[in-house]
Amino acid sequence: MLEHEQVLHVARLARLDLGEGEVERMAGELSKVLDHIEKIRELDLEGVPPTSHVIDVVNVLRADEPTPSLPRDVILAAAPEPLHDGFGVPSPGAA
Amino acid sequence: MGVPPVSDYEPVIGLEIHVQLSTRTKMFCGCRLSFSDPPNIHTCPTCLGLPGALPVVNERAIHFGIMIGLALGCEISERSLFHRKNYFYPDLPKGYQISQYDVPLCLGGRLGEVRIHRVHLEEDAAKLNHLGASGRIHGSDRSWVDFNRGGTPLVEIVTEPDIRSPEQAREWLILLRTTLRQLGVSDVDMSQGSLRCDANVSIRPTGTTELGTKTELKNMNSFAFLERGVRAEIERQRRLVEHGEAVVQETLHFDPVSGGLTPLRSKEEAHDYRYFPEPDLVPIVVGEEMMSAARADMPAELPADRAVRFERDLGLHADTARLFAFRSELGDYFERALAAANGSHKNGGLEPAELSNWIPQLVERIGSDADPASSNVTPESLATLATMVKAREVSRDAAREVLTLLVKEGGDPRAIVEREGLGAITAQDNGLAEIVDQAIASDPAAAEQVRAGNMKAIGPLVGHVMRETKGRADGGEITRLIRKALGL
Amino acid sequence: MSDPIDLTAAQAAERIGAGEITAAELFEAYRARAAADDLNAFTWVADAAPESNGRPDTPLAGVPIAAKDLFCTEGVPSQSGSKILEGYRPPYTATVVSKLHEAGAPLLGKTNQDEFAMGSSNENSGFGPVLNPWDHGRVPGGSSGGSAAAVAAGLAPWAIGTDTGGSIRQPASLCGIVGLKPTYGACSRYGMIAFASSLDQAGPLTRDVTDAALMLRHMIGRDHLDSTSLEFPGEIALPSAEDLKGIRLGVPEDLTGAEGGIEPGVRSNFEATLELAERLGASIEPCRLPHAPHALSAYYLIAPAEASANLARFDGVRYGLRVDGDKDLVTMYSRTREVGFGPEVKRRIMLGTYALSSGYYDAYYGTAQKVRTKIAEDFRSAFEQFDFIVTPTSPCVAFELGAKLSDPLAMYLNDFLAVPMSLAGIPAISIPSGLSDGLPVGFQLAAPAFNESRLLDAAYALERAVGFDGSSARV
Repeated sequence: MLEHEQVLHVARLARLDLGEGEVERMAGELSKVLDHIEKIRELDLEGVPPTSHVIDVVNVLRADEPTPSLPRDVILAAAPEPLHDGFGVPSPGAA
Repeated sequence: MGVPPVSDYEPVIGLEIHVQLSTRTKMFCGCRLSFSDPPNIHTCPTCLGLPGALPVVNERAIHFGIMIGLALGCEISERSLFHRKNYFYPDLPKGYQISQYDVPLCLGGRLGEVRIHRVHLEEDAAKLNHLGASGRIHGSDRSWVDFNRGGTPLVEIVTEPDIRSPEQAREWLILLRTTLRQLGVSDVDMSQGSLRCDANVSIRPTGTTELGTKTELKNMNSFAFLERGVRAEIERQRRLVEHGEAVVQETLHFDPVSGGLTPLRSKEEAHDYRYFPEPDLVPIVVGEEMMSAARADMPAELPADRAVRFERDLGLHADTARLFAFRSELGDYFERALAAANGSHKNGGLEPAELSNWIPQLVERIGSDADPASSNVTPESLATLATMVKAREVSRDAAREVLTLLVKEGGDPRAIVEREGLGAITAQDNGLAEIVDQAIASDPAAAEQVRAGNMKAIGPLVGHVMRETKGRADGGEITRLIRKALGL
Repeated sequence: MSDPIDLTAAQAAERIGAGEITAAELFEAYRARAAADDLNAFTWVADAAPESNGRPDTPLAGVPIAAKDLFCTEGVPSQSGSKILEGYRPPYTATVVSKLHEAGAPLLGKTNQDEFAMGSSNENSGFGPVLNPWDHGRVPGGSSGGSAAAVAAGLAPWAIGTDTGGSIRQPASLCGIVGLKPTYGACSRYGMIAFASSLDQAGPLTRDVTDAALMLRHMIGRDHLDSTSLEFPGEIALPSAEDLKGIRLGVPEDLTGAEGGIEPGVRSNFEATLELAERLGASIEPCRLPHAPHALSAYYLIAPAEASANLARFDGVRYGLRVDGDKDLVTMYSRTREVGFGPEVKRRIMLGTYALSSGYYDAYYGTAQKVRTKIAEDFRSAFEQFDFIVTPTSPCVAFELGAKLSDPLAMYLNDFLAVPMSLAGIPAISIPSGLSDGLPVGFQLAAPAFNESRLLDAAYALERAVGFDGSSARV
């Protein structure tokens, strides 16, 4: 049900570099799962509102008061590439 | 069917504006906002997108959002939701931006001549800095991210495509900025990035209603660049169409230095943001309490209303009324001068329209971006000068000289007139009648023309007298005397 | 004196309070056992008892907890069972862990789990599978497999896990212990490495119902850092019921009906437990949950969709694994995530991304959220006539390692009895109700939202009657 091209497209959206064999396997596995899941589309859900929030609460708000930030050395300690007091990455758009 | 000539195309422009709110803390966490602090000192698990962190909405951002909606005449949604907008980029720590999608805070509205489509709240991305000579993305290999800015509350304002010229785009953006500044919700400084503007531009045959393919011009960071960028893009599209080519939907960057437009690589290849309601937040329900609180914080008069009052109640010309309202520093100065004029010159008080003519004169001398209130010319002295002209104590031309001197040295206009001997020469002054006779004698041809009924010929005669009196005599007075001398 | 590890947490707290043993002794007894763990239940064990230990004045008196790997614990590895976070030490601690710590329960160790809480067997961990203490050739269940195995084997007095679609209840069932998923919103999610935001809930895995009540009492409460956490009405009472007189139990045949795929041994145990309940005075009637058979499908659209967004932050930029950082940005992202995530996680990210993608949102994610609304309605209707809904917790007992790995769908089907309660956000508990072929079977009770105290009370009465002895797993 899920074509090779579709799997590649979704993998691109999800930034997953699937290997060739993986793409095939994924197509098969996902198709099987989707076949099972598809059945809910046969239900009559006319006029049923979707649950976008489980709890029945609104307006959970925070006062505009500063709270302590993390020290820079702490956050950079986990960085794969600390650079210039920040987080280094390959430049977007660089080949 | 032939292609209509280029001049028969009209531009259709819509603006997408991002405004950074001047709250104390970020949209979804308690980190302080900063604009020029050292990198990465205002972060926490939430705005860094650390595993396990969660967002909590800043109530002041909602308050400011409602105020903006009220100022723009929008309908404030009773219930609005936050959505996740999913894409990958280094300045987006969670791999999604918390924004609003199909249930935004405000819908509809209008500011001046432009209708508003929607207004919503979202969080700002972090700052991506590029290494390499120019600091620009092209030609750099390594970049680094500063998360101080990430999470700053943003309001996004989207207009309907009601704008029809680059000038109008610029003027309207100025109005928006003045309005927001008066609300006190943002610094709205384009050079600092607290006001950012993208433009959607398309063209269509004049008189049609269907929209053409639009391009998006991103991030023009001054009013001048906005106008120039939009103008350049309109021209580019017109030329394409003239050559029978189609406009391609794309995102462009305008380089103000070269005046060129270059396509930008898109952030998200397929532009599939996969929006879904943010499960970590609950809906915002705007009730009467929040509305009242917002209304209570609104200023008494917003620029668009001020423009109406200037035109309707004070009798200013429409363009002048808008200029003074949209540029509040001019309007404020003008009103102070008017108060001074009507206060101290009760007899035949100065008409607001008459006074208003002096503001552009002042602006010309101090520079179009300067604030008259910080010049050497106080509103009181401008009012005095204008009153003196009305009372024919000084000619219009002489008054202009006085204004120039006031700009240079400040002080009292009367004192300057006295000192420079610029007081008006009137018919009562003996010398004037002689000068008039001299003028007629020196140009009998012109005099003959005037006697014959050709009033245009009086120009050179008036000019002669003006020169001889060094502009101290009033032009209207001179004309009257010449005619009398010629027996008309 | 008997071995302190034979005490339940409540009993141990009492003994410490009475001065019969010290918290330090208790901690060390468990620490030594955890360090010698041959079930691969732990990903990290404390080196020594904490300095500020031994606080007999606190409610939990120093009885230590094991916490599932996905709870952020400052300075201690918190990896959510994934290689993409291998060795990651967060700069902050999850609220529920802090609360328990403040109540007197220090951290003994972090437990192994299915990667990013996705799985029902703990075979999806980036750090190896966990073994079931009842049979080392079998799975302990998942995703809180490490927590369940640790408690069942007596390597920790009690543990916290998370339940998104059964991940506390199912491993509790397979390991013969108690596991409770509270009402959604009862416990803060701040500091819990997220799987599915609208479903994840922290909860206790314990030896008995009293311990579960005791731990839950010190976990609940509104947290200003979690917008979806709620003020819990009232306190959690410690259970004391001696019977089930006047209690109406509903059996949802839409789930437990013959075609449900429940193993014969599990089914006969379920029926025997129902008889026991009747003898305690409960009335048993069938009840309808007409949309419950579709809960699994809805769950496998909603949870992966939310997960696909929650896991987008694992991109090699700010923390965790980075692969090919010297290549271009898109390659770095894609290779990092390809290498760092295991196959089940990738499957669910793909499923979730697809379900949200342009053109498919309405058909998949949108439809699933409507089914969810109906399921919640079904439970609300059922609770008008019944106090609790009861089912077996899991359709099967612990299966062999590797038995279901080749068929993801078969693995997902393990969850069909637990998932409806997750979607409805209602509390549910699993208690051990006996053995089938020598392996534990679990009995599930579900209650309306915020009815935890009543739920615990009923479970307690039943637990007493069942008299399950799990000590043989604590060798």
